[in-house]
Amino acid sequence: MSEAVAVRLPEEASVLSSLEAGTKVLLTGTIYTMRDAGHARCLEYLRRTGALPFGLEGQTLFYAGPTPARAGRPFGAIGPTTASRMDFAAPELYRAGIAATIGKGKRSAAVRQACKECNATYLACVGGIAALLAERITDARCIAWEDLGTEALYQVSVEGLPAFIETDSHGQSLYRQVESA
Amino acid sequence: MAECVSAHAVAQAVYEGIRVGAVCLRADCAQAIESAWMRAMSEDDSEREALVLDDIRQNAAIAQNADVPLCQDTGSVWVCLEAGADALIPADIFSGVDEAVAQAYEQGGLRMSMVRDALFDRTNTGDNTPAFCEVRLTQGRGAKLHVMLKGGGSDNASRLVMLAPGEGREGVARVVLEAVREKAANACPPLVVGVGVGGTFDKVAGLSKRALLRPVGSPAESARAAAFEEELLDAINATGIGPAALGGTCTALAVHLLTAPCHIAALPVAVNMGCCAMRTASFILMDEEGHVLDEPLPCTQEGGAR
Repeated sequence: MSEAVAVRLPEEASVLSSLEAGTKVLLTGTIYTMRDAGHARCLEYLRRTGALPFGLEGQTLFYAGPTPARAGRPFGAIGPTTASRMDFAAPELYRAGIAATIGKGKRSAAVRQACKECNATYLACVGGIAALLAERITDARCIAWEDLGTEALYQVSVEGLPAFIETDSHGQSLYRQVESA
Repeated sequence: MAECVSAHAVAQAVYEGIRVGAVCLRADCAQAIESAWMRAMSEDDSEREALVLDDIRQNAAIAQNADVPLCQDTGSVWVCLEAGADALIPADIFSGVDEAVAQAYEQGGLRMSMVRDALFDRTNTGDNTPAFCEVRLTQGRGAKLHVMLKGGGSDNASRLVMLAPGEGREGVARVVLEAVREKAANACPPLVVGVGVGGTFDKVAGLSKRALLRPVGSPAESARAAAFEEELLDAINATGIGPAALGGTCTALAVHLLTAPCHIAALPVAVNMGCCAMRTASFILMDEEGHVLDEPLPCTQEGGAR
Protein backbone atom coordinates (compact mmCIF):
# COMPACT_ATOMS: atom_id res chain seq x y z
CA MET A 1 0.00 0.00 0.00
CA SER A 2 1.46 3.37 -1.03
CA GLU A 3 1.84 6.52 1.08
CA ALA A 4 -1.23 8.63 1.76
CA VAL A 5 -1.55 11.74 -0.42
CA ALA A 6 -2.29 14.99 1.41
CA VAL A 7 -4.92 17.04 -0.42
CA ARG A 8 -6.06 20.57 0.42
CA LEU A 9 -9.74 21.28 -0.29
CA PRO A 10 -11.24 22.94 -2.20
CA GLU A 11 -8.04 24.31 -3.82
CA GLU A 12 -6.55 20.95 -4.80
CA ALA A 13 -9.71 19.06 -5.72
CA SER A 14 -8.17 18.49 -9.15
CA VAL A 15 -5.42 16.44 -7.45
CA LEU A 16 -8.12 13.92 -6.43
CA SER A 17 -8.93 13.50 -10.14
CA SER A 18 -5.35 12.53 -10.87
CA LEU A 19 -5.31 9.70 -8.31
CA GLU A 20 -6.20 6.06 -8.97
CA ALA A 21 -8.88 4.08 -7.17
CA GLY A 22 -7.38 2.63 -3.96
CA THR A 23 -5.11 5.61 -3.18
CA LYS A 24 -5.32 6.74 0.43
CA VAL A 25 -5.78 10.48 0.92
CA LEU A 26 -5.70 12.80 3.92
CA LEU A 27 -8.04 15.72 3.40
CA THR A 28 -7.42 19.15 4.90
CA GLY A 29 -9.50 22.27 4.39
CA THR A 30 -13.23 22.78 3.81
CA ILE A 31 -15.92 20.21 3.01
CA TYR A 32 -19.73 20.22 3.38
CA THR A 33 -22.05 17.66 4.99
CA MET A 34 -25.13 16.72 3.00
CA ARG A 35 -27.30 13.62 3.13
CA ASP A 36 -30.79 12.36 2.18
CA ALA A 37 -33.09 15.30 2.93
CA GLY A 38 -30.42 17.84 1.95
CA HIS A 39 -29.99 16.19 -1.44
CA ALA A 40 -33.69 16.49 -2.14
CA ARG A 41 -33.51 20.22 -1.38
CA CYS A 42 -30.27 20.77 -3.27
CA LEU A 43 -31.61 18.97 -6.34
CA GLU A 44 -34.83 20.96 -6.24
CA TYR A 45 -32.81 24.22 -6.13
CA LEU A 46 -30.53 23.07 -8.95
CA ARG A 47 -33.44 22.13 -11.21
CA ARG A 48 -35.22 25.41 -10.50
CA THR A 49 -32.24 27.76 -10.92
CA GLY A 50 -29.71 25.82 -12.98
CA ALA A 51 -26.98 26.22 -10.35
CA LEU A 52 -25.89 24.74 -7.02
CA PRO A 53 -26.91 26.65 -3.88
CA PHE A 54 -24.50 28.25 -1.37
CA GLY A 55 -21.54 28.41 -3.78
CA LEU A 56 -21.02 24.65 -3.73
CA GLU A 57 -19.37 24.56 -7.18
CA GLY A 58 -15.92 22.97 -6.86
CA GLN A 59 -16.65 21.77 -3.32
CA THR A 60 -16.64 18.31 -1.74
CA LEU A 61 -19.73 16.77 -0.13
CA PHE A 62 -19.40 14.48 2.90
CA TYR A 63 -22.42 12.19 3.18
CA ALA A 64 -22.70 12.41 6.94
CA GLY A 65 -25.12 13.20 9.73
CA PRO A 66 -23.00 14.06 12.77
CA THR A 67 -23.87 13.88 16.46
CA PRO A 68 -24.01 17.17 18.42
CA ALA A 69 -20.94 18.99 19.76
CA ARG A 70 -19.38 17.19 22.73
CA ALA A 71 -16.12 16.93 24.69
CA GLY A 72 -14.89 20.20 23.18
CA ARG A 73 -15.33 18.89 19.65
CA PRO A 74 -17.53 20.51 16.96
CA PHE A 75 -19.18 17.09 16.61
CA GLY A 76 -19.01 14.23 19.12
CA ALA A 77 -18.91 11.74 16.26
CA ILE A 78 -19.01 11.99 12.48
CA GLY A 79 -18.66 9.35 9.79
CA PRO A 80 -19.82 8.33 6.34
CA THR A 81 -23.36 7.21 5.59
CA THR A 82 -24.34 4.86 2.75
CA ALA A 83 -23.57 6.72 -0.48
CA SER A 84 -25.94 4.80 -2.77
CA ARG A 85 -28.89 6.58 -1.17
CA MET A 86 -27.56 9.77 -2.79
CA ASP A 87 -27.23 8.16 -6.24
CA PHE A 88 -30.58 9.64 -7.28
CA ALA A 89 -29.05 13.12 -7.17
CA ALA A 90 -25.28 12.63 -7.47
CA PRO A 91 -24.88 12.59 -11.28
CA GLU A 92 -26.73 15.91 -11.59
CA LEU A 93 -24.73 17.44 -8.72
CA TYR A 94 -21.43 16.33 -10.27
CA ARG A 95 -22.48 17.85 -13.61
CA ALA A 96 -23.36 21.07 -11.80
CA GLY A 97 -19.87 21.28 -10.32
CA ILE A 98 -19.48 19.12 -7.21
CA ALA A 99 -15.82 18.05 -7.29
CA ALA A 100 -15.93 15.02 -5.02
CA THR A 101 -18.18 13.13 -2.62
CA ILE A 102 -17.28 11.12 0.49
CA GLY A 103 -19.32 8.20 1.84
CA LYS A 104 -19.35 4.44 2.21
CA GLY A 105 -20.52 1.63 -0.06
CA LYS A 106 -20.83 1.06 -3.78
CA ARG A 107 -22.23 3.60 -6.26
CA SER A 108 -24.42 3.08 -9.31
CA ALA A 109 -23.13 2.87 -12.88
CA ALA A 110 -24.64 6.33 -13.47
CA VAL A 111 -22.47 7.80 -10.69
CA ARG A 112 -19.33 6.13 -12.06
CA GLN A 113 -20.18 7.52 -15.51
CA ALA A 114 -20.68 11.01 -14.06
CA CYS A 115 -17.27 10.86 -12.33
CA LYS A 116 -15.70 9.99 -15.69
CA GLU A 117 -17.52 12.70 -17.56
CA CYS A 118 -16.88 15.42 -14.98
CA ASN A 119 -13.33 14.43 -14.00
CA ALA A 120 -14.75 13.98 -10.49
CA THR A 121 -14.27 11.39 -7.74
CA TYR A 122 -16.06 9.50 -4.98
CA LEU A 123 -14.06 8.78 -1.82
CA ALA A 124 -14.73 5.93 0.60
CA CYS A 125 -14.32 6.56 4.28
CA VAL A 126 -14.25 3.80 6.92
CA GLY A 127 -17.64 3.38 8.62
CA GLY A 128 -17.94 2.77 12.34
CA ILE A 129 -14.97 4.89 13.44
CA ALA A 130 -16.82 8.16 13.94
CA ALA A 131 -15.25 9.04 17.31
CA LEU A 132 -11.82 8.86 15.68
CA LEU A 133 -12.87 10.80 12.57
CA ALA A 134 -14.39 13.54 14.74
CA GLU A 135 -10.89 14.27 16.05
CA ARG A 136 -10.03 15.44 12.52
CA ILE A 137 -12.75 18.09 12.54
CA THR A 138 -11.50 21.47 13.67
CA ASP A 139 -14.58 23.62 13.05
CA ALA A 140 -18.18 23.34 11.87
CA ARG A 141 -20.73 25.96 10.89
CA CYS A 142 -24.36 25.37 9.97
CA ILE A 143 -24.89 27.03 6.57
CA ALA A 144 -28.51 26.09 5.89
CA TRP A 145 -31.45 23.77 6.50
CA GLU A 146 -31.14 23.92 10.27
CA ASP A 147 -34.69 22.53 10.51
CA LEU A 148 -33.31 19.20 9.26
CA GLY A 149 -31.34 18.66 12.48
CA THR A 150 -28.45 16.28 11.82
CA GLU A 151 -29.25 16.51 8.09
CA ALA A 152 -28.53 20.26 7.96
CA LEU A 153 -25.85 21.63 5.61
CA TYR A 154 -22.63 22.17 7.59
CA GLN A 155 -19.43 23.76 6.37
CA VAL A 156 -16.76 21.68 8.05
CA SER A 157 -13.05 22.34 8.51
CA VAL A 158 -11.05 19.13 8.45
CA GLU A 159 -7.44 18.36 9.14
CA GLY A 160 -6.09 15.08 7.82
CA LEU A 161 -9.44 13.33 7.33
CA PRO A 162 -8.53 9.83 6.02
CA ALA A 163 -10.31 8.40 2.97
CA PHE A 164 -9.63 6.25 -0.09
CA ILE A 165 -10.29 7.08 -3.74
CA GLU A 166 -13.21 4.68 -4.41
CA THR A 167 -14.38 5.84 -7.86
CA ASP A 168 -11.59 7.59 -9.72
CA SER A 169 -11.99 10.01 -12.61
CA HIS A 170 -11.74 7.07 -15.05
CA GLY A 171 -14.77 5.45 -13.39
CA GLN A 172 -12.69 2.66 -11.78
CA SER A 173 -14.05 1.40 -8.44
CA LEU A 174 -11.99 0.23 -5.47
CA TYR A 175 -14.78 -1.92 -3.96
CA ARG A 176 -15.20 -3.69 -7.31
CA GLN A 177 -11.44 -4.25 -7.57
CA VAL A 178 -11.46 -5.76 -4.06
CA GLU A 179 -14.36 -8.07 -4.99
CA SER A 180 -12.75 -9.38 -8.14
CA ALA A 181 -9.29 -9.80 -6.56
CA MET B 1 -48.07 -13.07 45.37
CA ALA B 2 -44.84 -12.35 43.53
CA GLU B 3 -43.63 -8.84 42.86
CA CYS B 4 -44.16 -7.18 39.47
CA VAL B 5 -41.32 -6.05 37.23
CA SER B 6 -41.84 -2.28 37.10
CA ALA B 7 -42.04 0.22 34.26
CA HIS B 8 -39.55 2.30 36.26
CA ALA B 9 -36.93 -0.48 36.21
CA VAL B 10 -37.42 -0.96 32.48
CA ALA B 11 -36.98 2.78 31.86
CA GLN B 12 -33.86 2.82 34.04
CA ALA B 13 -32.33 -0.08 32.12
CA VAL B 14 -33.20 1.54 28.79
CA TYR B 15 -31.47 4.79 29.85
CA GLU B 16 -28.36 2.93 31.07
CA GLY B 17 -28.28 0.67 28.03
CA ILE B 18 -28.35 3.63 25.66
CA ARG B 19 -25.77 5.74 27.51
CA VAL B 20 -23.28 2.91 27.93
CA GLY B 21 -24.06 1.12 24.67
CA ALA B 22 -23.55 4.20 22.49
CA VAL B 23 -19.98 4.78 23.68
CA CYS B 24 -18.62 1.36 24.75
CA LEU B 25 -17.93 -1.35 22.21
CA ARG B 26 -19.28 -4.71 23.38
CA ALA B 27 -16.44 -6.60 25.08
CA ASP B 28 -16.95 -9.69 22.92
CA CYS B 29 -16.76 -7.61 19.71
CA ALA B 30 -13.72 -5.69 20.98
CA GLN B 31 -11.96 -8.97 21.69
CA ALA B 32 -12.80 -10.38 18.26
CA ILE B 33 -11.55 -7.18 16.56
CA GLU B 34 -8.34 -7.39 18.60
CA SER B 35 -7.69 -10.98 17.48
CA ALA B 36 -8.42 -10.13 13.85
CA TRP B 37 -6.07 -7.14 14.05
CA MET B 38 -3.25 -9.23 15.53
CA ARG B 39 -3.73 -11.82 12.79
CA ALA B 40 -3.70 -9.15 10.04
CA MET B 41 -0.60 -7.52 11.57
CA SER B 42 1.29 -10.79 11.33
CA GLU B 43 0.52 -11.24 7.63
CA ASP B 44 2.56 -9.67 4.84
CA ASP B 45 -0.25 -8.81 2.44
CA SER B 46 -2.87 -7.52 4.91
CA GLU B 47 -1.59 -3.99 5.41
CA ARG B 48 -4.84 -2.20 4.60
CA GLU B 49 -6.89 -4.72 6.57
CA ALA B 50 -4.66 -4.20 9.62
CA LEU B 51 -4.94 -0.44 9.24
CA VAL B 52 -8.76 -0.49 9.20
CA LEU B 53 -8.93 -2.89 12.17
CA ASP B 54 -6.53 -0.66 14.06
CA ASP B 55 -8.79 2.34 13.31
CA ILE B 56 -11.71 0.39 14.82
CA ARG B 57 -9.65 -0.45 17.94
CA GLN B 58 -8.57 3.14 18.37
CA ASN B 59 -12.09 4.39 17.78
CA ALA B 60 -13.38 2.25 20.64
CA ALA B 61 -10.74 3.67 22.99
CA ILE B 62 -11.43 7.28 21.96
CA ALA B 63 -15.21 6.87 22.31
CA GLN B 64 -14.96 5.38 25.78
CA ASN B 65 -12.38 7.85 27.09
CA ALA B 66 -14.07 10.98 25.72
CA ASP B 67 -17.62 9.70 26.31
CA VAL B 68 -18.50 10.30 22.66
CA PRO B 69 -20.49 7.92 20.42
CA LEU B 70 -18.69 5.04 18.67
CA CYS B 71 -20.65 5.85 15.54
CA GLN B 72 -22.48 8.98 14.40
CA ASP B 73 -25.53 6.84 13.69
CA THR B 74 -26.67 6.20 17.24
CA GLY B 75 -29.58 4.24 15.89
CA SER B 76 -33.21 3.61 16.50
CA VAL B 77 -33.89 2.02 19.87
CA TRP B 78 -35.18 -1.55 20.16
CA VAL B 79 -36.27 -2.76 23.58
CA CYS B 80 -37.09 -6.40 24.25
CA LEU B 81 -38.34 -7.63 27.61
CA GLU B 82 -37.82 -11.37 28.01
CA ALA B 83 -40.12 -12.67 30.68
CA GLY B 84 -39.99 -16.14 32.16
CA ALA B 85 -43.02 -18.13 33.31
CA ASP B 86 -42.79 -16.73 36.86
CA ALA B 87 -42.56 -13.04 35.91
CA LEU B 88 -45.45 -10.67 36.50
CA ILE B 89 -45.57 -7.85 33.98
CA PRO B 90 -48.04 -4.95 34.19
CA ALA B 91 -49.54 -3.83 30.89
CA ASP B 92 -47.91 -0.38 31.19
CA ILE B 93 -44.44 -1.91 31.39
CA PHE B 94 -43.10 0.27 28.53
CA SER B 95 -44.77 3.50 29.66
CA GLY B 96 -41.47 5.08 30.76
CA VAL B 97 -39.38 3.99 27.79
CA ASP B 98 -39.80 6.97 25.45
CA GLU B 99 -39.00 9.45 28.20
CA ALA B 100 -35.85 7.45 29.04
CA VAL B 101 -34.88 7.41 25.36
CA ALA B 102 -35.37 11.18 25.01
CA GLN B 103 -33.30 11.85 28.13
CA ALA B 104 -30.50 9.46 27.21
CA TYR B 105 -30.19 10.90 23.69
CA GLU B 106 -30.24 14.49 24.89
CA GLN B 107 -27.84 13.98 27.80
CA GLY B 108 -25.54 11.65 25.88
CA GLY B 109 -25.18 14.04 22.92
CA LEU B 110 -26.51 11.31 20.63
CA ARG B 111 -28.03 11.76 17.20
CA MET B 112 -31.77 12.14 16.72
CA SER B 113 -32.51 9.83 13.82
CA MET B 114 -36.26 9.15 13.96
CA VAL B 115 -38.94 10.67 11.70
CA ARG B 116 -42.65 10.91 12.56
CA ASP B 117 -43.93 8.71 9.77
CA ALA B 118 -42.04 6.67 7.19
CA LEU B 119 -44.26 7.78 4.32
CA PHE B 120 -46.42 10.75 5.16
CA ASP B 121 -44.35 12.92 7.51
CA ARG B 122 -40.58 12.60 7.54
CA THR B 123 -40.13 15.36 10.10
CA ASN B 124 -37.51 14.45 12.71
CA THR B 125 -39.22 13.76 16.05
CA GLY B 126 -36.34 15.62 17.70
CA ASP B 127 -35.79 13.23 20.61
CA ASN B 128 -35.19 9.88 18.88
CA THR B 129 -38.53 8.51 20.03
CA PRO B 130 -40.46 6.35 19.65
CA ALA B 131 -38.56 3.21 20.64
CA PHE B 132 -39.67 -0.15 19.25
CA CYS B 133 -40.69 -2.30 22.21
CA GLU B 134 -41.71 -5.93 22.55
CA VAL B 135 -42.31 -8.55 25.23
CA ARG B 136 -41.11 -12.08 24.63
CA LEU B 137 -42.38 -14.87 26.84
CA THR B 138 -39.77 -17.55 27.46
CA GLN B 139 -39.63 -21.02 29.03
CA GLY B 140 -37.10 -19.84 31.58
CA ARG B 141 -37.36 -17.98 34.86
CA GLY B 142 -36.83 -14.34 35.78
CA ALA B 143 -36.89 -11.31 33.50
CA LYS B 144 -34.28 -9.70 31.29
CA LEU B 145 -34.27 -6.52 29.27
CA HIS B 146 -32.35 -6.13 26.02
CA VAL B 147 -31.64 -2.76 24.41
CA MET B 148 -30.24 -2.39 20.90
CA LEU B 149 -29.25 0.81 19.10
CA LYS B 150 -29.65 -0.23 15.47
CA GLY B 151 -27.90 1.80 12.82
CA GLY B 152 -29.65 2.57 9.54
CA GLY B 153 -26.85 1.44 7.24
CA SER B 154 -26.64 -2.09 8.57
CA ASP B 155 -30.41 -2.47 8.89
CA ASN B 156 -30.85 -1.33 5.27
CA ALA B 157 -28.33 -4.00 4.24
CA SER B 158 -30.56 -6.70 5.75
CA ARG B 159 -33.12 -8.81 3.90
CA LEU B 160 -35.95 -11.30 4.17
CA VAL B 161 -36.63 -14.05 1.63
CA MET B 162 -39.38 -16.68 1.61
CA LEU B 163 -37.62 -19.69 0.08
CA ALA B 164 -39.24 -22.90 -1.14
CA PRO B 165 -38.50 -25.70 1.35
CA GLY B 166 -36.73 -27.67 -1.41
CA GLU B 167 -34.02 -25.01 -1.53
CA GLY B 168 -32.97 -26.17 1.94
CA ARG B 169 -29.62 -25.47 3.48
CA GLU B 170 -28.05 -24.46 0.16
CA GLY B 171 -30.78 -21.91 -0.44
CA VAL B 172 -30.26 -20.39 3.00
CA ALA B 173 -26.50 -20.17 2.40
CA ARG B 174 -27.12 -18.51 -0.97
CA VAL B 175 -29.39 -15.86 0.59
CA VAL B 176 -26.80 -15.06 3.29
CA LEU B 177 -23.89 -14.92 0.84
CA GLU B 178 -25.81 -12.75 -1.65
CA ALA B 179 -26.74 -10.31 1.09
CA VAL B 180 -23.10 -10.05 2.14
CA ARG B 181 -21.74 -9.73 -1.42
CA GLU B 182 -24.25 -7.07 -2.40
CA LYS B 183 -24.52 -5.06 0.80
CA ALA B 184 -21.56 -5.66 3.13
CA ALA B 185 -19.88 -2.42 2.05
CA ASN B 186 -22.91 -0.46 3.31
CA ALA B 187 -23.09 -2.28 6.64
CA CYS B 188 -19.65 -1.39 8.07
CA PRO B 189 -17.79 -4.72 8.23
CA PRO B 190 -16.46 -6.68 10.09
CA LEU B 191 -20.06 -7.78 10.53
CA VAL B 192 -21.97 -9.86 12.99
CA VAL B 193 -24.46 -11.58 10.70
CA GLY B 194 -27.76 -12.51 12.36
CA VAL B 195 -29.60 -15.25 10.48
CA GLY B 196 -33.15 -16.34 11.26
CA VAL B 197 -34.67 -19.40 9.59
CA GLY B 198 -38.26 -20.50 10.20
CA GLY B 199 -41.39 -19.13 11.80
CA THR B 200 -43.55 -16.92 9.61
CA PHE B 201 -42.91 -13.84 7.45
CA ASP B 202 -43.03 -11.51 10.46
CA LYS B 203 -41.37 -13.82 13.02
CA VAL B 204 -38.26 -14.65 11.03
CA ALA B 205 -37.02 -11.05 11.04
CA GLY B 206 -37.25 -11.08 14.84
CA LEU B 207 -35.15 -14.26 15.00
CA SER B 208 -32.38 -12.70 12.93
CA LYS B 209 -32.37 -9.58 15.08
CA ARG B 210 -32.35 -11.50 18.35
CA ALA B 211 -29.42 -13.56 17.04
CA LEU B 212 -27.31 -10.39 17.21
CA LEU B 213 -27.62 -10.31 21.01
CA ARG B 214 -25.59 -13.47 21.43
CA PRO B 215 -21.96 -12.77 22.36
CA VAL B 216 -19.39 -13.38 19.63
CA GLY B 217 -17.52 -16.57 20.47
CA SER B 218 -20.31 -18.09 22.55
CA PRO B 219 -21.87 -21.46 21.67
CA ALA B 220 -24.71 -21.80 19.15
CA GLU B 221 -28.13 -23.21 20.06
CA SER B 222 -27.10 -26.70 18.85
CA ALA B 223 -24.18 -28.58 17.33
CA ARG B 224 -25.95 -28.58 13.95
CA ALA B 225 -26.42 -24.81 14.14
CA ALA B 226 -22.77 -24.36 15.14
CA ALA B 227 -21.59 -26.33 12.11
CA PHE B 228 -23.77 -24.30 9.74
CA GLU B 229 -22.65 -21.03 11.33
CA GLU B 230 -19.03 -22.02 10.79
CA GLU B 231 -19.69 -22.98 7.18
CA LEU B 232 -21.38 -19.63 6.53
CA LEU B 233 -18.65 -17.65 8.30
CA ASP B 234 -15.94 -19.37 6.26
CA ALA B 235 -17.81 -18.62 3.02
CA ILE B 236 -18.34 -14.98 4.00
CA ASN B 237 -14.71 -14.49 4.92
CA ALA B 238 -13.60 -16.17 1.69
CA THR B 239 -15.21 -13.35 -0.31
CA GLY B 240 -12.20 -11.14 0.42
CA ILE B 241 -14.44 -8.12 1.12
CA GLY B 242 -12.75 -7.45 4.45
CA PRO B 243 -13.02 -4.68 7.05
CA ALA B 244 -14.70 -1.54 5.63
CA ALA B 245 -15.03 -3.58 2.39
CA LEU B 246 -11.48 -2.48 1.56
CA GLY B 247 -10.16 -6.03 1.28
CA GLY B 248 -9.14 -8.80 3.65
CA THR B 249 -10.36 -11.97 5.27
CA CYS B 250 -12.19 -10.47 8.24
CA THR B 251 -15.52 -9.63 6.59
CA ALA B 252 -17.50 -11.00 9.52
CA LEU B 253 -16.63 -11.69 13.15
CA ALA B 254 -19.45 -14.21 13.51
CA VAL B 255 -22.60 -15.67 12.04
CA HIS B 256 -25.35 -16.27 14.56
CA LEU B 257 -28.23 -18.55 13.57
CA LEU B 258 -31.61 -19.00 15.20
CA THR B 259 -34.06 -21.52 13.77
CA ALA B 260 -37.73 -22.20 14.49
CA PRO B 261 -40.61 -24.47 13.41
CA CYS B 262 -42.51 -23.40 10.29
CA HIS B 263 -45.33 -24.30 7.85
CA ILE B 264 -44.84 -27.30 5.53
CA ALA B 265 -44.80 -24.89 2.57
CA ALA B 266 -42.34 -22.43 4.06
CA LEU B 267 -38.63 -21.77 4.48
CA PRO B 268 -38.44 -18.14 5.66
CA VAL B 269 -34.93 -16.68 5.87
CA ALA B 270 -33.94 -13.33 7.34
CA VAL B 271 -30.49 -11.79 7.47
CA ASN B 272 -30.00 -8.91 9.90
CA MET B 273 -26.60 -7.27 9.53
CA GLY B 274 -24.81 -6.12 12.66
CA CYS B 275 -22.06 -3.56 12.07
CA CYS B 276 -18.57 -3.33 13.59
CA ALA B 277 -20.03 -0.99 16.22
CA MET B 278 -22.64 -3.44 17.52
CA ARG B 279 -24.46 -1.66 20.30
CA THR B 280 -26.55 -3.80 22.59
CA ALA B 281 -26.90 -4.05 26.34
CA SER B 282 -28.79 -6.56 28.48
CA PHE B 283 -29.95 -6.33 32.07
CA ILE B 284 -31.43 -8.69 34.62
CA LEU B 285 -34.57 -7.19 36.15
CA MET B 286 -35.70 -10.31 38.01
CA ASP B 287 -33.40 -13.15 38.96
CA GLU B 288 -34.05 -16.85 38.51
CA GLU B 289 -35.23 -17.18 42.11
CA GLY B 290 -38.03 -14.75 41.34
CA HIS B 291 -36.57 -11.73 43.17
CA VAL B 292 -37.17 -8.42 41.45
CA LEU B 293 -33.87 -6.52 41.70
CA ASP B 294 -33.69 -3.01 43.17
CA GLU B 295 -31.50 -1.86 40.29
CA PRO B 296 -31.21 -3.37 36.79
CA LEU B 297 -28.11 -5.60 36.78
CA PRO B 298 -25.98 -5.46 33.59
CA CYS B 299 -25.48 -8.95 32.12
CA THR B 300 -21.89 -9.82 31.48
CA GLN B 301 -22.51 -12.95 29.45
CA GLU B 302 -25.15 -11.78 27.03
CA GLY B 303 -25.07 -9.01 24.40
CA GLY B 304 -23.70 -5.94 26.08
CA ALA B 305 -21.00 -7.78 27.97
CA ARG B 306 -18.41 -5.24 29.03
